[in-house]
Amino acid sequence: MIQCKTSKEISGMGHSMKRKEDDRFVHGKGHYVDDVKLPGTLYMDIVRSPYAYAKIKNIDTTEAMKVPGVLAVVTGRDLEKYNLHWMPTLMSDTQMVLPTDTVMYQAQEVAAVIATTKYGARDGREAVRVEYEPMKAVVDPYKALEPDAPVLRTDKEGKKDNHIWHWEVGQKEETEKIFNEAEVVVKEQMHIPRIHVSSIETCGCVADYDKINNHLTMYMTTQAPHAIRTVIALVAGHVGLTEEKIRVISPDIGGGFGGKVPVYPGYVIAIAASFLIGKPVKWIEDRSENLQADSFARDYHITAEMAGTKDGKILATRMKVLADHGYTDASANPSKFPTGMFSIGTGSYDYPHAFMEADAVYTNKPPGGVAYRCSFRVTEAVHAIERITDRYALEIGKDPAAVRFQNFIQKDQFPYHSPTGWEYDSGDYVQGLEKAMKAVDYDGLRKEQAEKRKKGELMGIGLSTFTEIVGAGPSKDFDILGIKMFDSAEIRVHPTGKAIARFGTKSQGQGHETTYAQIIAEELGIPASNIQVEEGDTDTAPYGLGTYASRSTPTAGAAAAIAARKLRDKARKIAAYLLEVSEDDLEWETGKFYVKGMKDVPEKSKTIQEIVFAAYTNHPQGMEAGFEATHYYDPPNLTFPSGAYICVVDIDPETFEIKVRRFVAIDDAGNIINPMVAQGQVHGGLTQGLAPAMYEELIYDEDGNILNGTFMDYLVPTAVESPSWETGHTVTPSPHHPIGAKGIGESPTVGAPPAIANAIVDALKPYGITHLDIPITPYKIFKALKEKGVLDKKISE
Amino acid sequence: MKKEITLKINGAEYTSEIEPRTLLVHFIRENASLTGTHIGCDTSSCGACTILIDGKSAKSCTILAIQAVGKEIMTVEGMATADGPHPLQEGFKENHGLHCGFCTPGMMLRAKELLEKNPNPTEEEIRWGISGNLCRCTGYNNIVKAIIYAGAKMRGEELPSTEPEFID
Repeated sequence: MIQCKTSKEISGMGHSMKRKEDDRFVHGKGHYVDDVKLPGTLYMDIVRSPYAYAKIKNIDTTEAMKVPGVLAVVTGRDLEKYNLHWMPTLMSDTQMVLPTDTVMYQAQEVAAVIATTKYGARDGREAVRVEYEPMKAVVDPYKALEPDAPVLRTDKEGKKDNHIWHWEVGQKEETEKIFNEAEVVVKEQMHIPRIHVSSIETCGCVADYDKINNHLTMYMTTQAPHAIRTVIALVAGHVGLTEEKIRVISPDIGGGFGGKVPVYPGYVIAIAASFLIGKPVKWIEDRSENLQADSFARDYHITAEMAGTKDGKILATRMKVLADHGYTDASANPSKFPTGMFSIGTGSYDYPHAFMEADAVYTNKPPGGVAYRCSFRVTEAVHAIERITDRYALEIGKDPAAVRFQNFIQKDQFPYHSPTGWEYDSGDYVQGLEKAMKAVDYDGLRKEQAEKRKKGELMGIGLSTFTEIVGAGPSKDFDILGIKMFDSAEIRVHPTGKAIARFGTKSQGQGHETTYAQIIAEELGIPASNIQVEEGDTDTAPYGLGTYASRSTPTAGAAAAIAARKLRDKARKIAAYLLEVSEDDLEWETGKFYVKGMKDVPEKSKTIQEIVFAAYTNHPQGMEAGFEATHYYDPPNLTFPSGAYICVVDIDPETFEIKVRRFVAIDDAGNIINPMVAQGQVHGGLTQGLAPAMYEELIYDEDGNILNGTFMDYLVPTAVESPSWETGHTVTPSPHHPIGAKGIGESPTVGAPPAIANAIVDALKPYGITHLDIPITPYKIFKALKEKGVLDKKISE
Repeated sequence: MKKEITLKINGAEYTSEIEPRTLLVHFIRENASLTGTHIGCDTSSCGACTILIDGKSAKSCTILAIQAVGKEIMTVEGMATADGPHPLQEGFKENHGLHCGFCTPGMMLRAKELLEKNPNPTEEEIRWGISGNLCRCTGYNNIVKAIIYAGAKMRGEELPSTEPEFID
């Protein structure tokens, strides 16, 4: 259970403190990037390609330049002069900022119009005439690897195919041997389709280059402002934009979900335009641009296999991935992990051998891959292992819950070494699943299901018992463009005992302003309401790697606790000086040091506020005045939160409409900082698990045209589709984390889709259906049943 | 072909010379500098730009500014009174009905009309009632709770607990 050691007034760990950030948001006083208003701002709009793959024969800007208000049209040729027409990606590939001769996907940036008004820029965009020579697009990743497929990246010298990289991990031969000899082998081909985060705020920026002072201020929707500052310096240092002259400000962000990690061409063009013109340039993309051109998520084709005994013991797994990365590998991964953390795909189960391999391929689609609460490809990994575990249970005729209990890593096995090289920190999977089963009345549901099946009614129960891996990560293995994946906290306490604290992460709604304050409150006893938290301004916040992959609590959360502990050490020294005792004679109780045995004697104790005041007014000789500390935290390991999810669906036998009747989610993220905020993350994450399971997919035709690039047909769930989520916790702290906390933000999106898919497949079990690719829609069920020949008579008969 | 118009927003008058094609949402954000009203899509789907026009909720991205001349417009900035925040503003905060805050202004204004028409809605009525407003963060559970809370407050009834509920 979640426990609080501090009073409600202090609101340390475990309190459901109401959020400090809410007041400005509910009054419309948030400050998002499109709210930034600077004198003389110009507006940028982007001309985009109507073709997936085409040569650019000519760009005629004559008419556009006649449009009232239009000042400039920027093309790839203009950027080429400054060597800014291409930029590096996080995976050491290259991405076009603006093309000089070829477009590689539909909606790709082709030119940018700069005008004095927003509407003028749009008019200018419509007036730019681009002459294209369309070519046959490569859309299917399997076809992209065929020998006669056209080579897309002709810009890469010596590149003779569309293959990007091959990756593998595990024990190939041992695994193969087990598969050859196993009693039971199951195999499914799965596509985890391309989807999109669709944060309600799209991406955008205001690039403000000040020619006189040679200084760039960049307001932008970024989840990693410091890394972006460094990237800008690396890309544009040669034109004088060195790192100390760049200030990136990530203001309030209207949701990120991984979609605001990458550097998009729009940002770079805006910087270039502001640099050349010397005025602020604002670029705010439309929803359709956001859906069609910004970083996608998933698009993994997975062959998943499991070997086991007839009575349910898993012996090995094997997975083979074909990853569609679009035209460049711009997936936002740590540099040594081209498949992210896909290797966590052995799951929550104990078996000695596994083998995984992946190949990535170029196609005529936008780049991306890592986004949408994926924790670096953990969504794909968990989907594969949880689906194939159910497939195995189906094959041997055992209940999927029983198979899971039989194979769980037991709580005394932690730290557990997985066959793919991870050291899981802690877990109690049995307790989690038992709690979820009790909450949902699993046995009762199975009985109900048996009754319904006799009547031909379609009811399904799906499980997902997943292990996450979040908090990248230890410097030995984890870096972004060479920068180690630490994170940081800087706490400064004012003379009157109130504090300002800044972090290297960047909230996009996750409540950092509240929860980081709670961590410091726990450690120092200063009320969380007296601690102002800031992130996102690279001039003021300590360097960090940003917020994504549920890393904030594992990294900056740890840094907050350690920086606060440094301050507590200093406070102890000051208290000893003030009370004229030795440091060893002092005991700490939240908010004060007291002389041992004299807890209730007021003159024998000093509150943190008194101590801090003394740090400015009466500090011991030889000690530095003031009261502040910084910590850059290099995590020793990642954290491995887990969850047990159970979904119950009812499917209409006539229309195949799927209704999620109940969804129970038991999460274990170790010690919880703020249960209310954690629960909010789970609700939102579950809805973003429902979405790809049942509604969302970016669909391309064979010519590479996107078929659903707007909110009219890219189906983001409303309040009507979203079920009333039921949530709870078990608490298994991370042993290596300073406050025993693990990340949680992405667990629900990782865990929910297989629970839903498993439930739907379970409902269709009587009709011989063993797998359906997500999103599972009524039409997909209809087609599957038709193929099985069971639609000739009504299902309900 | 610009035209001078005056719009009444939250009781104050804003006069600007605009092109007739100017969307109301742009007038509110750019000309009146009331940036609480947001833009989340280009197909009238998301509802982040929802405002009240003569008390009726409307997506301000789908109305021309000139069409709103002579009408009373309310945006999120006009919800609070001298007595404090509107019950919905309080309800959203107390029930954690917002995360990133981007859908929040539109969501609250839509809920305001809903509660005025149907002072004691069921959960299902609330879910259908806000189905024109997309939220990507909250999963809607706590938005529903926030609206139920505000409804109770507006009816002068005892307020429901704002403690999050967990499975034991």
